[in-house]
Amino acid sequence: MKTRVYVTLKNGVLDPQGKAIHHALEGLGFSGINDVRAGKLIELDLEENIGDEQVEAMCRKLLANTVIENFRIEREAAA
Amino acid sequence: MKSAVIVFPGSNCDRDMAVALEQVTGGAPDMVWHRETELPEGVDLIAIPGGFSYGDYLRSGAMAARSPIMRAVTEAAERGVPVLGVCNGFQILTEAGLLPGALMRNAGLHFVCRDVALKVENDRSAFTSSYRAGEEIVIPVAHHDGNYQADGETLDRLEGEGRVAFRYAGECNGSARDIAGILNERGNVLGMMPHPERAVEEAHGRSDGRRLFEGLLETVA
Repeated sequence: MKTRVYVTLKNGVLDPQGKAIHHALEGLGFSGINDVRAGKLIELDLEENIGDEQVEAMCRKLLANTVIENFRIEREAAA
Repeated sequence: MKSAVIVFPGSNCDRDMAVALEQVTGGAPDMVWHRETELPEGVDLIAIPGGFSYGDYLRSGAMAARSPIMRAVTEAAERGVPVLGVCNGFQILTEAGLLPGALMRNAGLHFVCRDVALKVENDRSAFTSSYRAGEEIVIPVAHHDGNYQADGETLDRLEGEGRVAFRYAGECNGSARDIAGILNERGNVLGMMPHPERAVEEAHGRSDGRRLFEGLLETVA
């Protein structure tokens, strides 16, 4: 089962990469950008029997550093 | 003093650390590969060196913190064995939960590689006993992810409990409250971004880092 984990920096945590992307976009002439935050997308292909709690445990133990990052899990409905 | 240096794939300061430890303590440390599950018996000091373990995949130090040897390192730290993490070693210690906070991309986005002035904040730990609080020392840094961050409450606690070991004397990488190195609650785990092992002899240009190892030798052995 395809499972996507989105890892993003918590609000209030400075995101230098997002800032640099923001500046670069403005340098290209794009305007109206209030803020840019960069994150990660991790795609997992899991056996059907892997439950939500197990995916959450994976996030807490490795995929996200919960000191600075939030995570969101998106699971594809079984076909 | 019997010391051990943990070696991960991508460590690149492990040999510098070994040379520094041998010069100061007189004995060569055991080099312990990350796949090992046990540390050498009777080890008095564990050093986690700088580098780019696992190519900094996922987050700096994230993979190394979950490698087999880190279970043994955590157990040793809980027994009170001194653990020194330098640069990537500091990142690994925060990822492993042995130290609070996290090391993020430098605020200026640049890799910072230069000598930096540090202010010694705590001279009572095993690692800092040969310095004087308030003293300024110069030790090189070389990192991309050295921007120390933690929530305000954690930072207040670190400062209140005297667990900030070193601060940058000037702006370096955007670290909260200019923190360059911190201790755990018990004071036996130190993580720092600057490289003391790169400043142990006159040929290095300066030797302020040597005193860290000398202090350890005195308190531990």
